[in-house]
Amino acid sequence: MTTTQQPIVAAQDGRATRPAAVPTGAPLAVRGVTVSYGEKPAVFSVDATFPAEAMSAIIGPNGAGKSTLLKAALGVIPRLSGEVYVFGQPVEKARERIAYVPQRASVDWDFPTTVMDVVQMGLYRKVGLLGRLSGQMAARARDCLDRVGMADFSHRQIGQLSGGQQQRVFLARALAQDADLYLLDEPFAGVDAATERAIIDVLKLLKAEGKAVVAVHHDLSTVSDYFDHVFLINVRRIAEGPVSDTFTTGNLQATYGGRLAATHLDELPVAGGV
Amino acid sequence: MNAFFEALILQAGYNAALVAVGAALLGFAAGSSGTFLFLRKRALVSDAVAHATLPGVALAFMLMVALGGDGRNLIGLLAGSAITAWIGLLLIEWISRRTRLAEDAAIGAVLGVFFGVGIVLLTIVQSMSAGRQAGLESFLLGSTAGMLFQDAVVIAVGGSLAVFATWLMRRPMTLVAFDSEYAAAMGYNVRRIDLLMMGLVLAVTVIGLKLVGLILIVAMLIIPAVTARFWTDRSGRVIWIAGTIGGLSGYLGAVLSASAPALPTGPIIVLVAAALFVLSLLLAPRRGVLAAVLRHRRFQRRVHRRQGLLALAARHAIRETYTLRLLTKEGLVRPDGVPTDIGRAQAAKVARDERRWDVAREIHQDAGLTGRYDGLTPIEEVFTADEIAEFDRRLGPPVAVGGA
Repeated sequence: MTTTQQPIVAAQDGRATRPAAVPTGAPLAVRGVTVSYGEKPAVFSVDATFPAEAMSAIIGPNGAGKSTLLKAALGVIPRLSGEVYVFGQPVEKARERIAYVPQRASVDWDFPTTVMDVVQMGLYRKVGLLGRLSGQMAARARDCLDRVGMADFSHRQIGQLSGGQQQRVFLARALAQDADLYLLDEPFAGVDAATERAIIDVLKLLKAEGKAVVAVHHDLSTVSDYFDHVFLINVRRIAEGPVSDTFTTGNLQATYGGRLAATHLDELPVAGGV
Repeated sequence: MNAFFEALILQAGYNAALVAVGAALLGFAAGSSGTFLFLRKRALVSDAVAHATLPGVALAFMLMVALGGDGRNLIGLLAGSAITAWIGLLLIEWISRRTRLAEDAAIGAVLGVFFGVGIVLLTIVQSMSAGRQAGLESFLLGSTAGMLFQDAVVIAVGGSLAVFATWLMRRPMTLVAFDSEYAAAMGYNVRRIDLLMMGLVLAVTVIGLKLVGLILIVAMLIIPAVTARFWTDRSGRVIWIAGTIGGLSGYLGAVLSASAPALPTGPIIVLVAAALFVLSLLLAPRRGVLAAVLRHRRFQRRVHRRQGLLALAARHAIRETYTLRLLTKEGLVRPDGVPTDIGRAQAAKVARDERRWDVAREIHQDAGLTGRYDGLTPIEEVFTADEIAEFDRRLGPPVAVGGA
């Protein structure tokens, strides 16, 4: 393992510490990442490691920097400091191993494109500028649509889809990339129950195939059902680890503070009870 | 009229033919390369870029005269305009990225300042004693008088390159226009692709300066793409339809202006494009205004018909005159509001379908199916005949409506 020239970063309590060493194989490792909008850090000096062959959730209150952390890890928004490793390599060198599912609301759904066209966008890197989308590629795109139960919609204009269907199309596009690490930004936000089921089935299948899945998630009641690993964030890292011993009342209280009512906590299937 | 047809078949003289062909080529290039500008929602950036060409034209003229050359050398003028336009573009980019100003403010600032500087420089040029400056002001609104073969060649070569580059870069540009975050996550350099897109627009602007002028070139970039959007739902097709619309507008506009004295070519081309836009806006099959009105009327009729039948089934009086008129016209009720036999039969069917839906909700836990209830969708489209038979078995025998 090479950890040469790691920058020294200031920890929250002001002590200068070396960031944790980079685990060579981890699908996604974030080291000392700070992202700032203006002069207010949205994510401050965060270390996070997301394990292989697992589904991980990034959890925290609104404005805690969940989506920001994901986007900064991908380089979609610039990092002020810190490093991101994907399977031990700097993220820039491992792009073809990552598939990203952005928030549904981040695009204009009246854009002139069909469901099939959107899924094929996942193949653009493989096809290149001049390459033709071969029959084999089209078949693969159709197969991905089939996996999310949207095969019948391939010629629809995307604006005619329901919110849940739009989310499934985005997932199909990521599947078309045939990546090893899947990063999803609130995949269950505002979707119907059938879609949530369909998405979680696909993600569990990915995990079974040995892929890593990391999702920004906001519904605490489903965390234990869906995920193996959690990362709790509120600007700073609060806790991370297996759901069974990290998704605890104490950690949730530390993450959400007063915003999470005790009565609400009682109803959650958290590890270890109250 | 005769003059129009002569011009249409390029028989109205060498200059008119040259202008018509040049305008058609320019229209095609502008329409297709303007597509992504429109899809990326940055149409107005091109307006600022176009206005930022003016100082370059004047400065290039001054420089060429100072060096003892011909101040009106076309290539020199276009190169000068391209340079200041590029500076304007970078400034807009820089202002919206590095300051808290939004892009629209940056556009306004750059457009105003560059155009103002251009007008000042142009005034200075007018007062210069040397260099045959007459005609420089035609870059504002374009001019076809004295269009040379050389001008047409510039348009043909530059335009073809712009169209080729648009085609070549269609995938990255589509991706960035639709979902720039996803593009960035895939490793595309979004900023560079945006600059390239604007560079293409800039190239078309510069080659179109002399024919259409810098004030109206934005219309040739945007109107064809907006028009094309009415006719297709696929971005790849928007490129070619926009090119065709742009080419057609250029050709027809040039022909129209050649067929009568004192019709300015650039503005006429823009008006032709605008006419095609209005036609598309009104008549396009799915996105057009007329289609939308008809669709809405049809939908409203279905709602009223269904509500009327439900009222009949419940033996309520139908109060809304529109509903009553609709049912009367279909022979479902008599003008006094009493249902006919057909009306009673249909009302019974509608009422029964409502009760079938109730049963469906009870026995089908799948929200995907029962969730399709909206009061209008026929139950036969959602459930199979066997399933409906099962609902009926649970409901018991049908009940007649209206007490015959």
